[in-house]
Amino acid sequence: MTNESASRKVIVPGEVIVKGKEYLPGEGTEKKGEEIVAMRFGLVEEVDRIVKVIPLSGVYQPRRGNVVIGKVEMVTFNGWVLNIGAADTGFLSLMEVPRFVNKDAMDEVMSIGDMVVAKIWAINQRGIDLSLKQKGLGVIDEGMIMKINSNKVPRVIGKEGSMIKLIKDETGCNITVGQNGLIWVQGKNVEDELFAKRAILFVEEKSYLHGLTDELTKWFKENKK
Amino acid sequence: MTTKEFKRNDGRKPMELRPIKAKVGVVPNADGSAMYQSGDTIAIAAVYGPKQMHPQHSQNPEKGTLRCTYIMNSFSVSERAKMGPNRRSQEISKITEWALEPVLMLKDYPSQVIDVHVNIIQADGGTRCAGINAASMALAHAGIPMKSLVTSVSCGKLDKTLVLDINGYEDSKFDEGEGSTDIPISVTKDGSLTHMQLDGKISVDQLKEAVQAAREACKEIYDVQKEALKKSVGGEK
Repeated sequence: MTNESASRKVIVPGEVIVKGKEYLPGEGTEKKGEEIVAMRFGLVEEVDRIVKVIPLSGVYQPRRGNVVIGKVEMVTFNGWVLNIGAADTGFLSLMEVPRFVNKDAMDEVMSIGDMVVAKIWAINQRGIDLSLKQKGLGVIDEGMIMKINSNKVPRVIGKEGSMIKLIKDETGCNITVGQNGLIWVQGKNVEDELFAKRAILFVEEKSYLHGLTDELTKWFKENKK
Repeated sequence: MTTKEFKRNDGRKPMELRPIKAKVGVVPNADGSAMYQSGDTIAIAAVYGPKQMHPQHSQNPEKGTLRCTYIMNSFSVSERAKMGPNRRSQEISKITEWALEPVLMLKDYPSQVIDVHVNIIQADGGTRCAGINAASMALAHAGIPMKSLVTSVSCGKLDKTLVLDINGYEDSKFDEGEGSTDIPISVTKDGSLTHMQLDGKISVDQLKEAVQAAREACKEIYDVQKEALKKSVGGEK
């Protein structure tokens, strides 16, 4: 089997991916004797002897350092509770907002229903701690939000951001992709935003394809007026 | 054909399964879903989660919870069944949990719950096995780490003959000789049992034979489950 086709294989839990001492188990796999066995449903990827499974579906698994888009669910006395689409809710503390906040009027900064771009800075037993202390983070005031499966996010971003750059250039929209699958599209008018949305949905649908960036370039040629 | 070949009411050979169909991704709003059909029995399973367990007092901070709900829809049988959970469906829900739990890593989901809803939309015997098969595929589709898929088949003893995948008639109406005994068995890919039920009379030797036959049959079903999952990726082999 060539390396090319091996890296594209779909695998189900319990299936043996490769046999041999030289391989190491990566994410979503387990070692049973000399065999590397899959523990998740997804695509196989081999990088330098490490075999891992890229999941195709499932709920968002939060990681430290992820930039996510969340919805304010509750305002407490010292922060905000955000729904970020994970099993746990995220907590954005007052201390992590890099501006002056009047404690008596916290919902003037963020109130229930607001969408916020935030970063996960810690995950512990108590929950997920979010922060706004970075460039590009904050409350969303215009544009539209769309949702895709969080496992397709790497494909939408592409290798070193190639895919998302292509979409941005072609549609003229500003796009922020949250790792949890929520995407903020902001363009000059609604038509541009809807066009960008269609492009992203195209990428999500065809995410199993090789050379998707070229495929998308073709799609843009066909669909652009 | 051997001379003492047993005649089944639908013309199958004793060790023959009904035609199987499986499909993944049938419930768009669920995190993972699957349909499994064996003959006239159709099961649909939908998985939601892992998500926070509510109410809070049911949370287990040491390990996650698997919560299965088996429902036989009122229109699934010829005589309309009463809606809602009953003693039988509660038992099968529990059985489904026990059959699936050994392959899941619930330790990774403290205070959380994985919800599995199994609906039988058409029943003709072997519904719990169809439910377990569908649920196992749905769990994999939901991206939940598991050691293996679970495959289930009901073995049966009609009079003195061992048969596989018994249908509704054989389960409830068959009354020749010793009558019928239903033995649902679930196995993982490597052949370890995760669930076996038996009410009726059977000799130890024949039970061993039944388990072995079920293991063989499950290999066939496993391939169907695997194919269905792989097909759902689209365009790929």
